[in-house]
Amino acid sequence: MHPAKSVILFTTASGAGYGLLFLLILGHMLGVIPTDPTLALSGFGTAFILIVLGLLSSTFHLGRPERAWRALTQWRSSWLSREGILAIVTFLPTGIYGLWWAFFSSSEFVLLPLIGIAALLLCGATVYCTSMIYACLKPVAAWHNKFVPTGYLVLSLSTGALLLNAILHLQGKNDQLFDMITIAFIIIAVVHKFYYWQYINENAGQSTVGSATGLGSMGKVRLLEAAHTEANYLMKEMGFKIARKHRQKLRNITFIFGFILPIFLISLSGMISNNALSNLAIIVSILSGALGIVTERWLFFAEAKHTVSLYYGAEKV
Amino acid sequence: MTCLPQNGSKKKLGLVIDLDICVGCHACAVNCKEWNTGGHSAPLTDMDPYGADPNGVWFNRIHSFEVVDDDNDSRTVHFPKSCLHCDDAPCVTVCPTGASYKREEDGIVLVDADKCIGCKLCSWACAYGAREYDEDVGIMKKCTLCVDRIYNENLPEASRVPACVSTCPVGARSFGDLGDPNSDVSKLVAEREGFDLMAELDYKPTNKYLPPRPKQNENSFSDKPVSLSPVETEKSGLLARWADKVLSL
Repeated sequence: MHPAKSVILFTTASGAGYGLLFLLILGHMLGVIPTDPTLALSGFGTAFILIVLGLLSSTFHLGRPERAWRALTQWRSSWLSREGILAIVTFLPTGIYGLWWAFFSSSEFVLLPLIGIAALLLCGATVYCTSMIYACLKPVAAWHNKFVPTGYLVLSLSTGALLLNAILHLQGKNDQLFDMITIAFIIIAVVHKFYYWQYINENAGQSTVGSATGLGSMGKVRLLEAAHTEANYLMKEMGFKIARKHRQKLRNITFIFGFILPIFLISLSGMISNNALSNLAIIVSILSGALGIVTERWLFFAEAKHTVSLYYGAEKV
Repeated sequence: MTCLPQNGSKKKLGLVIDLDICVGCHACAVNCKEWNTGGHSAPLTDMDPYGADPNGVWFNRIHSFEVVDDDNDSRTVHFPKSCLHCDDAPCVTVCPTGASYKREEDGIVLVDADKCIGCKLCSWACAYGAREYDEDVGIMKKCTLCVDRIYNENLPEASRVPACVSTCPVGARSFGDLGDPNSDVSKLVAEREGFDLMAELDYKPTNKYLPPRPKQNENSFSDKPVSLSPVETEKSGLLARWADKVLSL
């Protein structure tokens, strides 16, 4: 599948944003992270910037962005529509929670735990809907499986944790507990990613050029003559081949930059006493994590094979 | 509304494509383009049509496959492919705007050009590659089953069939109600054991394909002559013998 830059930015940035919101609110409700307003402002601010950036970029690849509002109407059947609606609704409880924490935390607010729980559920549901946009597509076997929704949720949490950890470090509020929690999230994400890669290696789709043409029972089928001489929309959109050529290298980049280097840098920053060096390690961990997650998402799209390629020379998907 | 009709559509209008007959002349694709570039989903935009990298929207494409059997005997099968107007059409349900819809009255899947935002998700949901995006207009386009011909009272009755069907020079394409077991197309499918494409995905396509008939080879006829016997010149008439001699000079 063609990896559109806008969709990669949308899924990674908003995923990290919702993960960050989730961990901020959960941490605050459980009382395990500092409660001062600076953390609320910087944390919620970063999350909202990422989410808004992601949502805006998702409209860039539309042919008619001015009609984007129409995408909120078909929640009965469409995961994309559900995602859009939940993304907007989620701003409400998370925004109220963030505002209260940043500006009014001295006063009592009895509804706060309820709003917090609603915010947590909505953050999770929004990321789930994002994943289901892809996981509901039967023609793409690499997406139509149970690893895709869990993968999006786990990666949302690990990238959110990486961001929250960095914010805590840069404000001098870090503790070893949160370093370890972050590392734990990243380990869960990398283990999950390996299972996903193993799954898609072993479980190609059932469809073959024989079933796509219905001629499979007569013998071995191959494309003899293409339907047209130049590449059309279908071949450009569904027939992306570059990633498959470099699959292993790109998986290695994801593994090293997305997971291993951040774990190493977070551990390192906990060990060095020099503040500037420690902060530098944390900033590098964010940059490395970003490169890793973008490569991961690029591969997620580019590696996935669509059944339409069976009509253009592929023998199986 | 992107929910599918609850109990399926009343009629299931669609095509039956006979892979035994199709000669791969592409006339159906050309007439489709000709009609539809002025029809319901017009235009069928071409980008850079006379340049180095032409690219354009077509609703119908003809692929050619080779099938090699166990005896290493091969045959060519021309394979026209357009929207199959699936009963369980995910291109409709994934649409976030309600632009993509399936008609309850006849099962035709259409795109409302005024509602489409060009997110392309429907083309990802279609297993068959039936939808093509119009870069110029910024919306998705697809086969309309010539909805603007089949009900068009301005056309003579014989022409009220999809453009591809009306133009096929060998009669490889039939149009009708596949929901009615007594229709000509349904009988044809039953008789020739018509099949669904990618049945494993369970999209329940309306359009059916008829398999190529078994190939005729030297074993196909039991009463074939062993060899051709020479023409018997002796019994020819006087005039013929004379003409033979003159012409042989």
